[in-house]
Amino acid sequence: MLEGRDLSFRHHTRLPWLFQDLQLHIAPGEIVGLNGPSGCGKTTLARILAGYVRPVTGRVTLEGRLLPRQGYCPVQLIYQHPELAINPRWRIAAALAEGPPPTANILAALHINSDWLNRWPHELSGGELQRIAVARALISQTRYLLADEMTAMLDAATQAQIWHGVLRFAAEHQIGLLVISHDLPLLTRLGARVITLG
Amino acid sequence: MLLHVNGLNISFTIYAAGLHQRRLTVITDLDVTVRAGELVAIVGASGSGKSLLAHAILGILPRNAEQGGTIAYQGELLTPQRKAELRGRQIALIPQTVSALDPLMRVGAQVRRAAERGGIARDRAQAVVDQTFERYDLAPEVQQRYPFQISGGMARRVLVSTAVVGQAELLIADEPTPGLHPEAVTETLNHLRELADQGKGVLMITHDIMAALRIADRVAVFYAGTTVEVAQAADFSAAGAQLRHPYTQALWRALPQNGFVPLADAQPAPDALPQGCLFAASCPHVTAACQAERPAARTVRAGLVRCIHA
Repeated sequence: MLEGRDLSFRHHTRLPWLFQDLQLHIAPGEIVGLNGPSGCGKTTLARILAGYVRPVTGRVTLEGRLLPRQGYCPVQLIYQHPELAINPRWRIAAALAEGPPPTANILAALHINSDWLNRWPHELSGGELQRIAVARALISQTRYLLADEMTAMLDAATQAQIWHGVLRFAAEHQIGLLVISHDLPLLTRLGARVITLG
Repeated sequence: MLLHVNGLNISFTIYAAGLHQRRLTVITDLDVTVRAGELVAIVGASGSGKSLLAHAILGILPRNAEQGGTIAYQGELLTPQRKAELRGRQIALIPQTVSALDPLMRVGAQVRRAAERGGIARDRAQAVVDQTFERYDLAPEVQQRYPFQISGGMARRVLVSTAVVGQAELLIADEPTPGLHPEAVTETLNHLRELADQGKGVLMITHDIMAALRIADRVAVFYAGTTVEVAQAADFSAAGAQLRHPYTQALWRALPQNGFVPLADAQPAPDALPQGCLFAASCPHVTAACQAERPAARTVRAGLVRCIHA
């Protein structure tokens, strides 16, 4: 279980709260949807759950314990813009090998072409680069995946391909998913339990 | 016809290793037309050549690009010189992001400069800027702000203002909706529709087929750098039986609300294009004839399609 308890956050003591005393839990294998107007704190909440940002109050636990501060984090966040998540000075092969490498099955399920591995990030399209960002999180050490508008920049066909790869992996490994999206038909299709923020 | 793109080809010469050069064909036999008063949406995957088309029309492709085929504006061929004369005057771009604004220049001054470039006399420019700001619900004091001081939604309205403040007849909007919340999306789409209804030609480039269908008269579908189909917006309905090309049908069925069916394969890379139909690797109807040569454009049910089975 990934659990956020009594989470509150604001960027500064003089600024209003983005959210206060928020409770949230995701069970292994569960799909939770998160939506709400822009600026309501969805991305900040995901960053807190992934351990990138400390909440002002409350805490995040994984199986009852705080997230590890070192090594591979079992909670992985996928961003909307892969070009901001992948080091522009590393070739794709290096980006994929940053953590434990994904299996050949995952690369095939996401339609990652082996020709891409020797390229630089700017030589791939947004859809191609997002497949790389997703692939490197789909490894057995991942327990929870937070998808922040993961396919909002992509066409429907690419979106469906990436989601099918993710859903198959999540089902096989009982991974819990948090799906942040404005796209209600997508959340419905994923069968998500939807939480509305703000 | 306001804009007529016919058989456009674009390739890049790139350095593969050392001084060894390679040619990448990124757009192949691309056709699209826009009439005055019409809104044409271009939908397709990222990497299908959508933005490059905009750059080719405006004449702002990088130096290592080579272009074949023709682009005509109001019946006259667009030469590089004519493109330079027309861009910002007759043909205006609504850019994708705030980063297109000058970060060191106040927003009002940027729109005023666009107005002057767009053919508004210097002494009238400020009045026209004021009107445009009012029309897009931007308070007068916003003119004094710098781009980093305005919200994403306001920035989008400023970008629309820079394009429409002049007297441009053809507007090209590059991905105007992503990252906006639903109300802002509706507002942006309404602005584009309104421009078409006033008699301008609008070319909207997007990956979001549902956004396109809300306002477009016709939809051009791009795949791997070519126009596979130009459909009427109304053809996208029910199971998509009115659609002509297997890729368009696949795109329609891939929507979460229509089945969420993924494609069999990814789009071919520019340096590994098949000899025959560009969609052959993912197509459920593929035959030997499809793999032999590229299907020519045909007219089926009053729409263009490049498929021998349509």
